[in-house]
Amino acid sequence: MSRVNPVNQYLRMDRMPHIWCSGCGLGTTVNCFIRAIENCGYPREQIAIVSGIGCTGRVAGYLKLDSFHTTHGRPIPFATGLKLANPELKVVVISGDGDLFAIGGNHFIHAARRNMDLTVVCVNNFTYGMTGGQLTPTTPIDAISSTSPYGNFEEPFNLPFLAESAGAVYVARWTTYHVKQAARSIREAIQKNGLSFVEIISPCPTLYGRRNKLGDGLAMMKAFKENSAIVNGADTREVGLDFKGKIVCGKFIDREKPSFLDMYHTTMAERFGPFYEPYEGVQ
Amino acid sequence: MSDGKKARGPRGVVTINPELCKGCGFCIEFCPSGVLAFSDTFNDKGYHTPKAVKPEACTGCDLCGAYCPDFAIFGMLKEKVVA
Amino acid sequence: MKADPKGVLTGAHFLDGDHACCEGALSAGCRFVAGYPITPSTEVVERIAARFPSVGGMFIQMEDEIASSIAIQGAVWGGAKAMTVTSGPGLSLMMEHVGLAAMLETPCVFVDVQRSGPSTGLPTMPAQGDMMQARWGSHGDYEIIALCPNSPQECYDLTIAAFNLAEEYRVPVMLMMDECVGHMTEKVIIPRAEEIEVTPRRYTTQKPGKYLPYQAGRNEIPLMVKAGDGYLFHVTGLTHDERGYPAMNAEAHDRCVRHLVEKIRNNARRIIRIEETDTADAEVVVVSYGITSRVAGKAIQMARADGLKVGHLRLITAWPFPEKRLRTLAAHVKAFVLPELNFGQMFLELQRVIEGKASCYPVPHAGGTVHEPEAIYQRILYAARHSRPKDKKEVAR
Repeated sequence: MSRVNPVNQYLRMDRMPHIWCSGCGLGTTVNCFIRAIENCGYPREQIAIVSGIGCTGRVAGYLKLDSFHTTHGRPIPFATGLKLANPELKVVVISGDGDLFAIGGNHFIHAARRNMDLTVVCVNNFTYGMTGGQLTPTTPIDAISSTSPYGNFEEPFNLPFLAESAGAVYVARWTTYHVKQAARSIREAIQKNGLSFVEIISPCPTLYGRRNKLGDGLAMMKAFKENSAIVNGADTREVGLDFKGKIVCGKFIDREKPSFLDMYHTTMAERFGPFYEPYEGVQ
Repeated sequence: MSDGKKARGPRGVVTINPELCKGCGFCIEFCPSGVLAFSDTFNDKGYHTPKAVKPEACTGCDLCGAYCPDFAIFGMLKEKVVA
Repeated sequence: MKADPKGVLTGAHFLDGDHACCEGALSAGCRFVAGYPITPSTEVVERIAARFPSVGGMFIQMEDEIASSIAIQGAVWGGAKAMTVTSGPGLSLMMEHVGLAAMLETPCVFVDVQRSGPSTGLPTMPAQGDMMQARWGSHGDYEIIALCPNSPQECYDLTIAAFNLAEEYRVPVMLMMDECVGHMTEKVIIPRAEEIEVTPRRYTTQKPGKYLPYQAGRNEIPLMVKAGDGYLFHVTGLTHDERGYPAMNAEAHDRCVRHLVEKIRNNARRIIRIEETDTADAEVVVVSYGITSRVAGKAIQMARADGLKVGHLRLITAWPFPEKRLRTLAAHVKAFVLPELNFGQMFLELQRVIEGKASCYPVPHAGGTVHEPEAIYQRILYAARHSRPKDKKEVAR
């Protein structure tokens, strides 16, 4: 067979097949990501990926870009240092709901507050998959997990609302069913200056799906298709997720605010006047 | 197609790498032209892989490629295929 | 290579240790600092925040020490020389990322201006209670380098040394200051830039495609790379192979971890710095480090005035510990006295390496203030009086 999949050039084919389960949405998310960066206007060498720990964290290891598989919950501060050392880089954090919003929650809100020029892609499968399916801050009420065997009773985060409140300039949510829209949003997020957040709802058939009788990966994808509604510009306060309920998708926020570095430049230029040499990364 | 008119070939062609496939069924479900179905054969890992049962309907839209979590399938426009 | 003059504040200054540390970092070429306020280290980052904009550096106060300790590593992989600054409670928080730096072989500097612990302790008062934590604080096997300045001048000099050692061995280097040295003000001479040796980052000269992130380079240390240069490399905190890819088996793990440990142990001779005074014919040797060495110096003076043959071995590097030198001294030295502002941390190392060939006496102190010279002097007298004479046969064994 002589035809080669065009996405292979963006993948570490020497590490295929990957570890993700049959029907897991992570591979689909990686496909969306590859399509997003293909025509985003930045050469591949300029894009860096930082991930945390978990099934989603493994994305960094499969993408053929400068990529960093860091510690649990901490890809965002690592990405902050990377970006500030070399502002030319387009730094994308790809990590899971538990990694980014439980242990990593503090770092997310501060990066959004500072409007650090980063793209954060959160693959939300409502579970800690790698460790066997425990609940996360996005697990819906009543869902079963290995640490909530009688049903979760903790209110989950509404991630787009949290992102908007914390200061993100671009907020979108799609599911892995919405492959075209997800790719477009990721591209827009990368191109946007400031903290861009894209939530991708993804099936975990082996753990979240099985425990909650949601069927296999395909059944979960069909449910995403049936239960989702695209409402671009929706009020993020209204897009919280119920267990097996409606999923509101769309591009919710796309606003302009100076980024951390923009503010740095403005402040230093004011203080130092003509003596200020604009910061362009560590030389 | 009415009698006498020359049949037009498919606009697209789908390529399947069965050894990477994990039999999730996304491509089969989400192909808008019904090109694919599960084959009766297994790959080395024991998964049923897809096969093109209606290759003539393929438009080369590559939605199968976009959905595939395992990079095991992709569609291309025929004219773009490098022999 | 020589220091970049832009960061070098040449001249004779009157600075405290914290301020001197900032200047050392600038002289060493540090251009990224991420930190979080914590007494008694805060002055370091305050001065960094004021100095950096005019030398092209970037300072960011992160939301916590955990973020600070990994932000510096992101900056290193983006091409910067980077440092973070903290005290005991912050170092405890940073421990996972010390391990990450060790595993990724990220050259970076962690400054710990030690205060009295445990827990919140005495935030504004000195101790030396983090010495073992510096060495063993993170999980798993790895080695670090730790330096102990005993004056503001050394805070300047050893910060430069810390950066140089970090680049040389691709390892996190801990600068173990203490509140006393950090807050005392003394003369600090900063030389001209051309008189300062700084070790540049050792980047690979191999082409993308040929380069492997963890292939042994010179002296077994792999050559560095940074994001944005087209190498499309991957690094992970998982046990990894030469390609930087996860390698989840025992053989790969042995290779991976063995390298982290041996690269320091095999080079210990070149890394270790000690300052010895009058040890050649000493019957008692005082081993000390940091601020305690200043007090020990006075105590030794008092003992020598009594006619005792007392020497002084000052640890400039606390880790790796100078095992070989101490074992050699144990051949003729009757007793070692180790005063420190803790209840016996480096003392455990001393006992371990001496292996009973000489007597070892600690002079413990909870911290909060420094030892009285009298306390160390009394211990020296005790050591001289009570240690058994050297049995030549036993020593030869």
